[in-house]
Amino acid sequence: MLNPAGTPVVEARDVTVALGGRPVLRGNDLVVRQGEFVALMGANGSGKSTLVRALTGLRPLTQGSVLLFGTPLHDFKERRRLGFVPQRGTAAGGVPASVREVVASGRLTRRPLLRPAGKADRAAVDDALEVVGLTEMAGDGVSTLSGGQQQRVLIARALAGEPELFFLDEPTAGVDLPNQRALAEALRTLSDRGATVVLVAHELGPLEPLVDRAVVMRDGRIAYDGPPLAHEDVHGHHHPFAGPHDHAPHVGSPFDTMSLDPREDLR
Amino acid sequence: MSLAELADLLGRDFMQRALLAALLTGLAAPAIGTFIVQRRLALLGDGIGHVAVTGVALGLLTGASPTWTAVVVAILGAVLIEVIREQGHTNGDVALALLFYGGLAGGVLITGLAGDGAAALQVYLFGSVTSISPTEVWYTAGLALVVLTLTLGLLPQLFAVASDPEFARVAGLRVRAYNLLVAVLAAVSVTVAMRTVGLLLVSALMVVPVATSQQLARSFRSTLLGAMVVGGVAAVGGLVVAAWLSARATVAPGPSIVILALVMFAATWPVGVWIRRRRRLTEPFPALGTETPGPHEVDEHPHEHGEACGHPAVPHGDHVDYVHDGHRHAVHGEHYDEH
Repeated sequence: MLNPAGTPVVEARDVTVALGGRPVLRGNDLVVRQGEFVALMGANGSGKSTLVRALTGLRPLTQGSVLLFGTPLHDFKERRRLGFVPQRGTAAGGVPASVREVVASGRLTRRPLLRPAGKADRAAVDDALEVVGLTEMAGDGVSTLSGGQQQRVLIARALAGEPELFFLDEPTAGVDLPNQRALAEALRTLSDRGATVVLVAHELGPLEPLVDRAVVMRDGRIAYDGPPLAHEDVHGHHHPFAGPHDHAPHVGSPFDTMSLDPREDLR
Repeated sequence: MSLAELADLLGRDFMQRALLAALLTGLAAPAIGTFIVQRRLALLGDGIGHVAVTGVALGLLTGASPTWTAVVVAILGAVLIEVIREQGHTNGDVALALLFYGGLAGGVLITGLAGDGAAALQVYLFGSVTSISPTEVWYTAGLALVVLTLTLGLLPQLFAVASDPEFARVAGLRVRAYNLLVAVLAAVSVTVAMRTVGLLLVSALMVVPVATSQQLARSFRSTLLGAMVVGGVAAVGGLVVAAWLSARATVAPGPSIVILALVMFAATWPVGVWIRRRRRLTEPFPALGTETPGPHEVDEHPHEHGEACGHPAVPHGDHVDYVHDGHRHAVHGEHYDEH
């Protein structure tokens, strides 16, 4: 649900990230409130994945600040409130691991060191497996699963920690339609339980009805923030202003404004 | 050698000590090795082993106990490998290679300076449990217990960090600290294994039991425990074989331990292939009934295949086929391909 009056769970101010000296994100502000389902969209290389990585602390900020649940990111200790699904084709490593083991590792945020898993831990893992529909496969090796099923395993792993805020980096990339539907079903359950979801997606597909706010990135900036957009609005060829166009790419220097774009003059 | 003579030899004090040291080594090395294989750093043990040669040589040069100088230098080397790998200036394998060469060259050079020939290094390079002293057995036992306690106690954390460091970081685990811990424990296992299998073969005891065990295991925990069993059996068995052959020739225990582990791998590999084949066969193509396949229209299709269409769905690589009139349909743009 859109929640304009809710408590902000993510507050990003002036988030700027440079990779190898090249700015990838330029001065982005983003506030996500409790219970919202936000889709970060945009073309490849627009900075949407980097923004999520900056919000989770995986990518250091060059400039700006991020508050999670009102606490600055580097002081944020309540990691149990956070669930993260990385962008990744596979959940398998060099040694076989069962689905249950991978999902159980998501429970570590709530388990003290050197303490064996308790009843509540096992129940949370069972529940997470059920939400993504992999209960019967709990004992199977992760590497024997299809790509879409492995993606569901990673979502179950994030679920097992019972977090309030989810970051998902391209959960549907390279996943077939039935698995995308299963994924959407799992995310709907989550959202109905009151979790806040921020997900990166190139295309929404079956996730579309769930999204109540779309944030579109372009060239490292948030270009749109509002109700979900149709595919054509994001990827279609449109001209932001009237008049003749030369159709040549215009490259501004970092942090510079693109003088051709009249929207910049409004700032 | 007759069985009675072998039993007599195995009953001797020095042999008992050697068996205990071998058993502990055989349990500890695969335990930490499982995490190293999980991180796809199977050659890490080898790299540390080469660095430890320099440590042994420093011990020979200064007159200090080679075991302890090897522990110190191996830990420094392991931390260095981890730092080079993490900073990402070079690939992990290049970082390993640099230390391989440096460690071995430094070791041989320093041994030469110490006035000992390569023969002095031989004991450490290929193992010699039979010359192990009682105090060294205690060191070995202590170090092996430390490795086993930490790897088994921190198993969930180490598993999470080894299988997905980014997820672990967001979950608030101190990824760098755990990675350093694995590197340090690997260095300790290498020096523990030094007296039994020798530095040049040490990586085998960290990797081969894991490779053997994962032929049969489906989960990480069973792989780890299976690897410890294989490692223990190979270490003790290899030592007995070396003792048995010692009547006829001088056989270092290291090679026989490694060969025994490899034999166990060779024996389980066909079983693993067979099991994986069986697993595939237990997920058969859905039964299609007896009707013969009807004519097939590719371009006209009454509905879109999906979860609700009622056609059996068959996962096929990266996509899903739908069984339809005796064919398998795979969505491809506007039409369906036959799979």
